[in-house]
Amino acid sequence: MGTKNWPLWEIFVRSKNGLEHRHFGSLHAADAEMAIENARDVYTRRNEGVSIWVVESKNITASNPEHNGEMFEPAQDKVYRHPTFYELPDEVKYM
Amino acid sequence: MSEEQIKNLEEQFEARIARDEKIEPKDWMPEKYRQTHIRQISQHAHSEVVGMLPEGNWITRAPSLRRKVALLAKIQDEAGHGLYLYSACETLGVSRDELYDQLHSGKAKYSSIFNYPTITWADMGAIGWLVDGAAIINQVPLCNTSFGPYARAMVRVCKEESFHQRQGYEIMIKLANGTPEQKDMAQDALNRWWWPSLMMLGPTDAESIHTEQSMKWKLKRKSNDDLRQQFIDQTVPQAHLIGLTIPDPDLKWNEEKGSYDFGPIDWDEFWQVVKGHGPCNKERMKARVEAWEEGEWVRDAAMAYAEKQKERKEKQAV
Repeated sequence: MGTKNWPLWEIFVRSKNGLEHRHFGSLHAADAEMAIENARDVYTRRNEGVSIWVVESKNITASNPEHNGEMFEPAQDKVYRHPTFYELPDEVKYM
Repeated sequence: MSEEQIKNLEEQFEARIARDEKIEPKDWMPEKYRQTHIRQISQHAHSEVVGMLPEGNWITRAPSLRRKVALLAKIQDEAGHGLYLYSACETLGVSRDELYDQLHSGKAKYSSIFNYPTITWADMGAIGWLVDGAAIINQVPLCNTSFGPYARAMVRVCKEESFHQRQGYEIMIKLANGTPEQKDMAQDALNRWWWPSLMMLGPTDAESIHTEQSMKWKLKRKSNDDLRQQFIDQTVPQAHLIGLTIPDPDLKWNEEKGSYDFGPIDWDEFWQVVKGHGPCNKERMKARVEAWEEGEWVRDAAMAYAEKQKERKEKQAV
């Protein structure tokens, strides 16, 4: 077994200009350059992308799903953030 | 956590799956769910990787450039599928090295079908047509499985897999319409791959130990016997269409059932191969272990180079 394992990288691919980069998966590589080359072969064999970002997995900080309640529930009762909350006379079109 | 709390969490967990919610890696999950998924996803990944070996045997001897590029692309896809699956598996907290170690030490299994030899070019046709055909039937339902990373990997795999089956069937069509020797070669390959392909869909329902739990977690959507019947019903007409005979004297259309009846499967053979006594088990493992061990200096060199570059950059920045 190798003295030091290749680190894990998260791969983000822009499928075409005009769209955002999206998480495609992960892979192992010795450095960022190799991660991009490997991502080309692993995730874009059929023209799935025009641009690749790689981020070493250890650099990603994720929210904890156990705290989803306090994180995301406060948004649930704020219906006034949506346009349908507001009443308009029927005569008003296009608003 | 108290036993009661765990029981409560487990109930909530099962209810989420029953509501068709997906489970993501950082979510709480029962330990058995984690272990079952590590086992199944890694076996699946190992099968993709070992599956490259029987086909790699024919790259240098493909009969035309067209066949060669297609076979190369198919094998490269299988490497890709292995990688999608390994990384899905790693999200469950197991390292790539541990997974390789389980494969190389024989602790983890891979699909037994890859322990059969590929002795003629027609085997490339039969594998694509039958083995990939059976794999597709197994994999399509997994696109909706409960564990998010596995489901996403399967969506990608299934999209790519149908070219594999078509390229195999095309090889069979060409041979079946060729010289008498070529047709014999196609028939011989079908004779050798038919039964192992049926076995690939797993032991009969009566003998399958994991089915019930796997159904609940959507690791399985249909039973092995149902999948096998589906495979037979869709494949038999494809054989007839190109003038090949399924090597099963008991095979008969059952009008009432609307499907084929078929003869008994030699499960002793299946278990022999699973236990390591198939024609190529040792050869396959030897090839894998050699590739891993002989590649070690390359992996180390790449890592040393990456570290040197990083140090140099840091020095320059000072």
